[in-house]
Amino acid sequence: MSGEIRLKIDGKACSGLKGETILEVARRNEIWIPTLCYDERLEPYGACRLCLVEVKGARGLLPACTTEITEGMEVRTSTKRIESIRRTVIELLLSDHPDDCMTCESAGSCVLQDLAYRYGVKRSPYAGETHKYGILNGNPLIERDPNKCVLCGRCVRICEEVVGAGVYGFVNRGFDAIVSTPYDHSLLDTPCLFCGQCISACPVGALTSKISKGKGRYWDVKKTDTICPYCGVGCTITLWTKENRIVNVTAPIDKGVNKGDLCVKGRFGYQFVNSPDRLKSPLVRQRDGSLKRVSWKKAVSYIAENFARIREQYGPDSIAGLASARCTNEENYVFQKFIRAAIGTNNVDHCARL
Amino acid sequence: MSGKDRVVVGLATCGIAAGGVSVMEEIRREIKKRNLGVEVAETGCIGYCFAEVLVEIQKAGMPKVIYGEVKPNDVPLIVEGHLIEGKILRDKALLIEGRKTPEADFLKKQKRIVLANCGLIDPENIDDYIATGGYEALKKVLSGMTPEQVREEILASGLRGRGGAGFPTGQKWNLCAMAQGKDKYIVCNADEGDPGAFMDRSVLEGDPHAVIEGMIIGGYAIGATHGYIYCRAEYPLAVRRLKKAIADATSRGFLGKNILSSGYSLDIVVKEGAGAFVCGEETALIASIEGKRGMPRPRPPFPANKGIWGMPTNINNVETFANVPWIIRNRAKKFAKMGTVGSKGTKVFCLTGKVRRGGLAEVEMGTTLREVIFGVGGGIKEGRKFKAVQIGGPSGGCLPESLLDTPVDYDSLPAAGAIMGSGGMVVVDDTTCMVDLAKYFLTFTQMESCGKCVPCRLGTKRMLEILTRICKGEGKPEDIDLLEKLAIDIKEGSLCQLGGTAPNPVLTTLRYFRDEYVAHIRDKRCPAGLCVDLVTFHIDPEKCTGCGVCLKNCPSGAISGERKKPHVIDEDKCIKCRECIRRCRFDAVYTV
Repeated sequence: MSGEIRLKIDGKACSGLKGETILEVARRNEIWIPTLCYDERLEPYGACRLCLVEVKGARGLLPACTTEITEGMEVRTSTKRIESIRRTVIELLLSDHPDDCMTCESAGSCVLQDLAYRYGVKRSPYAGETHKYGILNGNPLIERDPNKCVLCGRCVRICEEVVGAGVYGFVNRGFDAIVSTPYDHSLLDTPCLFCGQCISACPVGALTSKISKGKGRYWDVKKTDTICPYCGVGCTITLWTKENRIVNVTAPIDKGVNKGDLCVKGRFGYQFVNSPDRLKSPLVRQRDGSLKRVSWKKAVSYIAENFARIREQYGPDSIAGLASARCTNEENYVFQKFIRAAIGTNNVDHCARL
Repeated sequence: MSGKDRVVVGLATCGIAAGGVSVMEEIRREIKKRNLGVEVAETGCIGYCFAEVLVEIQKAGMPKVIYGEVKPNDVPLIVEGHLIEGKILRDKALLIEGRKTPEADFLKKQKRIVLANCGLIDPENIDDYIATGGYEALKKVLSGMTPEQVREEILASGLRGRGGAGFPTGQKWNLCAMAQGKDKYIVCNADEGDPGAFMDRSVLEGDPHAVIEGMIIGGYAIGATHGYIYCRAEYPLAVRRLKKAIADATSRGFLGKNILSSGYSLDIVVKEGAGAFVCGEETALIASIEGKRGMPRPRPPFPANKGIWGMPTNINNVETFANVPWIIRNRAKKFAKMGTVGSKGTKVFCLTGKVRRGGLAEVEMGTTLREVIFGVGGGIKEGRKFKAVQIGGPSGGCLPESLLDTPVDYDSLPAAGAIMGSGGMVVVDDTTCMVDLAKYFLTFTQMESCGKCVPCRLGTKRMLEILTRICKGEGKPEDIDLLEKLAIDIKEGSLCQLGGTAPNPVLTTLRYFRDEYVAHIRDKRCPAGLCVDLVTFHIDPEKCTGCGVCLKNCPSGAISGERKKPHVIDEDKCIKCRECIRRCRFDAVYTV
């Protein structure tokens, strides 16, 4: 193959294309390199220092996530030096992190927890001052716990690079550096769209869904991949269900047209499913104004009869059709065809948004 | 400069801070009052920072004299005695041209290339700069040298980056010249932020045109279309003088479109930094110029390929650019004759701390630390004992007396555990606690860490906490090992050189002054008698004369005693502010 670059990672012969990073090639070859700030949807950042590797001939250690492969490169992903730094990074992160895994929403799907487990870090030897920030939840959907933040910048970057809202940024320096909003405003007073992409990017429990809180964690829910019922984009979503109720919605980043991206409705708009207000069968308005529950068959023939009658009596333009954006393109096509061809009017529209 | 008698006042930030402006006003008033035909001018930093305010008098038929520590009420004496009567006021004279004075060594032991004009010319007058050969190098380059020839000349000179890392400048220019891009940027890094470092400020304030000329030459050599000088806003005088120098150079055709009718165009903009130390790191500096938060990013890609707005960018330090016109004028060969095998030319150092003559010192590369500190600097203040020198600011290392014969160059200093850095040299004597010193530098780096990478953000914080508890006498035996391990992991694991060098003060003090750490931890004792939690204050009854000065000045009323009888300090009331030690004229107060 032309343009193929050959290299060795931990002695294993690998290959990749120009522009690929060591991390990308390693992952494809099932060579594990720990990461925290890396998110394949985002530009590599090189901040967490967990993916440092040794490259023969290079001065110092290099981050695998930002270093592009070169012909004949020889990479070692695990040496005594590297592992010492990785362990220190984990110990340092835990030295300013709440001991809260028992009740943390992200337990089970937390990168820091997994790393501590893998490296066997029970307690940080660098115990010292810890931050005591207040929880930021002055909005209906997103809870921010700065105490758990590892400053990987994934929320900052996804909001900037993918969403384009740029709600978050880093403020302060040194130990007190923290992710915040402009002038520390509530998310409600920022350009935040509440898409929750920041939650999807957070590797720990610093950003969580308020409406999922306490309803079920990673391991005790059933996960079902499906398509978002809202608009015609057809995003792939994963429904988290527990005791036959939806408790959370996420999106797999390796599947579907959306590759992990979701909007506010797709991510948070699932409460209608179990809502007591939800219509479960057709209702027909009676002469006295009350609604009567009928079967689908009865409802459809009632509509057909009345459409025919009105059309006969007042002409086709007395009928108009309004379709829902929640339908697929195909469904909307069929609908307008029905209104135009079967009813005979151009009075057809679409709610265009949900 | 005319043949008239001339009075020159050093009005760099150091001179202004010492009261230079009122001395200047007084001189003008005196001269006007007496109706003397004397020219009065201001200049940049002369280098004798320890003796500000400096006034230089040039009188026909008399040697040039520099007066030090001039106060406004000394002015009438100097004007009358020197300017009118032609008598040198010996007790005030710091330097008399051609004669031996106690402070003559300060300049004699230096070799001034970068600072050649500092303290000589009026930095706000472009004609002064031109009169000393200024912009000749630019003319030479634009009229008869190709960009390749300029780069070859700089490469041949052996000039290395004066910002600290020492990367060969010619090589850097070549990399940027070869990179492709619609635009190309040349940037001067004037974000000098090390505590105790002020050489770049002095050059910018004293000879701004030299930096600008160096930048234009560099711009031509790499094909730059735009130039930036990233100068910290805390240097208002430097910013003002740079802006004036840029405007003056533009009006003379040295900058702007079609420079000196050569077809080459370059504009230079001063961008003021908002006070982040990390913005001296080149990728953070680029982010800051782009209007983003100053945070470094991993390299590669290097700025030579992807810099400002993704375009090829070449960044050099102030002092590096200031060397360029000299090299072009005097040829690379002459420059390469100075210095050592690997480090050519000179280096400007800022001598500060407990050294007798603190100030700017430009010495040939390869000069030993001893020559700088004892030769130029005149040794330790108040006859105390030299203990160590911190070279390279918070990123550098602390070297002990046994290493005083180390030559200052890019190879010898790192071998000893320090770095050349930007050139800060903080001298400490036996009253300084080395653990406390390391703590001081760590406080700085922790505060200035951008917070992006974990080792620097959290690692320096934890190191600082360990140092703090050692100074308090709460250190644990395992703390030294913990510090050392953490220091090495931070050094190797950090994203940029702020974190990569932050542990140096700790590592070098651990290497050369380990016994002080041990004394704090094991014996709960601070050998320098400085760490307040570990010392108690006492008065030696043999030495105390009972003068009562300490008693009067003690803010907590801890000292008692009858007049003319030895006083005593009540340990319970003592807040350890050291005021009694400072005030006692009989050396009677001591710490245990």
